[in-house]
Amino acid sequence: MSVSTLSQLDIQKIRDEFPVLDQKVNGKSLVYLDNAATSQKPKRVIEKLTEYYEGYNANIHRGIHTLAEKATKAYEDTREAAREFLGAEHVEEIIFTRGVTECINLVASCYGSLIHEGDEIIIAELEHHSNIVPWQMLCERKGALLKVIPVNDRGEIELETYKKLLSNKTKIVATNHASNSLGTINPIKEIIQLAHAHNAVVLIDGAQSAAHLPIDVKALDVDFYCLSSHKMYGPTGVGVLYGKKEWLEKMPPYMGGGEMIKDVTFEKTTYNDLPYKFEAGTPNIADVVAFAEAIAFVNELGKENIHRYEAELLSYATGKLSKIEGIKLIGTAREKVSVLSFVIEGIHHFDIGQMLDARGIAVRTGHHCTQPLMERFGIEGTVRASFAVYNTKEEIDSLAEGLTRIINFLKG
Amino acid sequence: MKTIQDIQEDIVNEFSLLDGDQEMTVLYIMELGQKLPDMDEAKKSEENTVRGCQSKVWLSAHLENDKVYFEADSNTALTKGLVSLLLRIFSGQSAENILATDLNFISKIGMERFIGTQRSNGFSAMIKQIKLYALAFKTKMEVKS
Repeated sequence: MSVSTLSQLDIQKIRDEFPVLDQKVNGKSLVYLDNAATSQKPKRVIEKLTEYYEGYNANIHRGIHTLAEKATKAYEDTREAAREFLGAEHVEEIIFTRGVTECINLVASCYGSLIHEGDEIIIAELEHHSNIVPWQMLCERKGALLKVIPVNDRGEIELETYKKLLSNKTKIVATNHASNSLGTINPIKEIIQLAHAHNAVVLIDGAQSAAHLPIDVKALDVDFYCLSSHKMYGPTGVGVLYGKKEWLEKMPPYMGGGEMIKDVTFEKTTYNDLPYKFEAGTPNIADVVAFAEAIAFVNELGKENIHRYEAELLSYATGKLSKIEGIKLIGTAREKVSVLSFVIEGIHHFDIGQMLDARGIAVRTGHHCTQPLMERFGIEGTVRASFAVYNTKEEIDSLAEGLTRIINFLKG
Repeated sequence: MKTIQDIQEDIVNEFSLLDGDQEMTVLYIMELGQKLPDMDEAKKSEENTVRGCQSKVWLSAHLENDKVYFEADSNTALTKGLVSLLLRIFSGQSAENILATDLNFISKIGMERFIGTQRSNGFSAMIKQIKLYALAFKTKMEVKS
């Protein structure tokens, strides 16, 4: 069912699509502001899962019976939807994984096999651990060098330093489209162009952008782009790796097994064509099938509408929280997705999170898997409120009230 | 000295005044945490650290007249409040009694999620550590006698 195709989103109608939102937590109406960790799922996604299991559950691709054909078609329909969603040219450039973490590990492992001793890989200071550790592992394996672009006090990448880090030794640049801890939107178009001028490939971690920002991999000319279904209203356990065909063809397979082969003898195995070469074993069929509904949900609302509404929420929340004495915002980039990170001097983020939870408000606290970034700001962690299209200004008011109460109580 | 069970019942009775209101319960525990004196910085050593993912607990113990005395602290108010309740229950008790204790007040005051599998706080690890101290002192006393 289409929720809204108008530019003015009907938020109440959207909320009605999300059964989980309608509940009491600790006696209070749930206020879910942990969307950067995972978003909630609309009914149509949940219903699709049931439809699949009740209607045509079967193993895909090699089955000759009707159910197998139906399941294969549904699975491949999602691939086509993902291709269109990302603006990719070829459907075989779309590889299903378990999530962004697996996407990055796949590239670090397979594209990484083309890396040599002394080569350099560049990441930024604001990466999630999943966009740090796989590269560290690659560097260790190959004797390559990891370089880090610093961020300024607002939490923005220092492009001038990036330009200086780039050289003919640079082989891979990996960064996120938007930061999970700070919300910073990175100038990826420029980052990609600069890298390409040095013949380096670029991987963009789109975990925090997929549900919020327009993506066009062709226009970006990006080499690899990763996203996770569960952060964009889809099921957990599904990720999408877009990779330029020319690189995917050069890369060796990731895992060996069924599905990824053409012919196997004990002497020699020939690998399957793209994208199956990278999809060994029975995939997460049901969740991939249901992911198509999440893509349709986002498409129907329209990314621009979503971004405009979320920007409004972010600006409202930023204004509201800035006025509360004692709150210090962490991450004040000029371009941000709807993530609001902050600390309160003298009160541990864990206490703030617990206190908000007691009021039915779900936020995330801690280092958000970005320990180097926390170190950059000289903090242990933050409280992070992250907004989705179903959040409201009233919910932000509840957040502000809760914070005021805890500050008055603990510091009063 | 009150028995461990008596103290647990006292605590449950005190919290029952809050009527199960989660927010009041959390605030009250935080207040208890604020009241617990800070531990000596020197005692907040690596050795005395009980690790949780987000909140840390420091715990030290010594034996005095065959009773076990604990000192503890935490970097978060809520955990420190829970810690102060544990000190109230266990500090000054005999090692045998500590080991024999069925710690039931936590779920009765609605804080059971802090002793489950949640790894974000050092509280459940601290309970284990208290019992380990008691066991060590008990063994030590048995060896001496």
